[in-house]
Amino acid sequence: MEQDETEALKAELRKHGILTTTFEELYNWGRKNSVWPLTFGLACCAIEMIATTMARYDLARFGAEVFRASPRQADLIIVSGTVTKKMAPQVVRLYNQMPEPKYVIAMGACAISGGPFRDGYNVLKGIDRYIPVDVHIPGCPPRPEALIDAFMTLQKKISEQQLTGEGRPRHLYAELPSEFKVPDYGEHGLEPTENAEVWNPLKVIQG
Amino acid sequence: MTAQTISAEQVKAAIEAAVPGCRVEILQNGSPSAQHSLVLDHKHATEIARFLRDDVELRLDYCSNVTGVDWLDTEVSEKVKTKKLVDGVETEVEEVKKTTVPGRLEAVYHLFSMEKKHGPVIVLLRTGNRTDDVRVPSLTPVWRSAEFQEREVFDLYGIVFEGHPDLRRILMWDEFADHPMRKDYVPPADDDEPLHAATGERER
Repeated sequence: MEQDETEALKAELRKHGILTTTFEELYNWGRKNSVWPLTFGLACCAIEMIATTMARYDLARFGAEVFRASPRQADLIIVSGTVTKKMAPQVVRLYNQMPEPKYVIAMGACAISGGPFRDGYNVLKGIDRYIPVDVHIPGCPPRPEALIDAFMTLQKKISEQQLTGEGRPRHLYAELPSEFKVPDYGEHGLEPTENAEVWNPLKVIQG
Repeated sequence: MTAQTISAEQVKAAIEAAVPGCRVEILQNGSPSAQHSLVLDHKHATEIARFLRDDVELRLDYCSNVTGVDWLDTEVSEKVKTKKLVDGVETEVEEVKKTTVPGRLEAVYHLFSMEKKHGPVIVLLRTGNRTDDVRVPSLTPVWRSAEFQEREVFDLYGIVFEGHPDLRRILMWDEFADHPMRKDYVPPADDDEPLHAATGERER
């Protein structure tokens, strides 16, 4: 109710040529319109990601054309393609090297679940086993429109993040981790097979 | 211009004339392609390979492909007719005789000639079994293009190539213990189901 009154007051003031905003709104508006992704591609999905950045689909319209070659300068990692078990520790390491606040888009069937290669001996069954994913995109590969949709979903998510209070995002809690365990190469696969702190798959409740 | 095929018999005869004491066996391929392969003995394999590469007639200067094959132990049952005394009368009885054919691993090489524009000649090396006698001579010293592919066969099938200059795993990491392309390989099923958050054990 209070929120509605504030919005009404703001709309009223705008009619008189007075622009009001909050620090939170301004801060998130700036953040969501300059998300810099990491130059990072894994498989065929990366070709679609590249197409998305070029003139026809033009990701620059969303302020995200600056693909950075260093994780230290990136806000977003687009996991675009099959993550092999041999590559998975490097993906987690790149995520760990990014400064907060950082976001993850898992692009395509492989990145979200292993996809058509799920039963392969060297394929990770979804990157969300090791790092927290903000937006999942299905598709094999997803079209550039799907990636743009995911990007707009992420922008919406960023603009709704609170800076204070109980509902603030993970990176604003000092005690919560910003780095996650890099899995080790084991004799038969990766160890551990998932990070229970991060991975929250849907569960079937029987009964 | 398509490559001319040369018959396995022709190649076998040429090898036997050039490399004394070698054992070359033709393995028939019953499919319409009829690409028969030549099984080489370990002792003369490198010498034969060098002959195939350098002979003026053959000049198989290009090794396009190296791959592995895994043959499990198989049980062959055949019906044998024997004569037995049944109720005092000698009658012919059919008996099923079962024999176990031990498994083995094979490394297969596909050879072509750039100069003569013919091929493929298919050469095959067999291991003694699938467990402790898995050594075959490396043909990398003869065809350098076999280097990475022999490493791949070593990685995925577990064939050890003696004389290979740098025999390490190429696709899987060094700590990996299994050979995933073997027929009896079972991938770890445990990473398919979530751990229980409280107990840390597998559900179901």
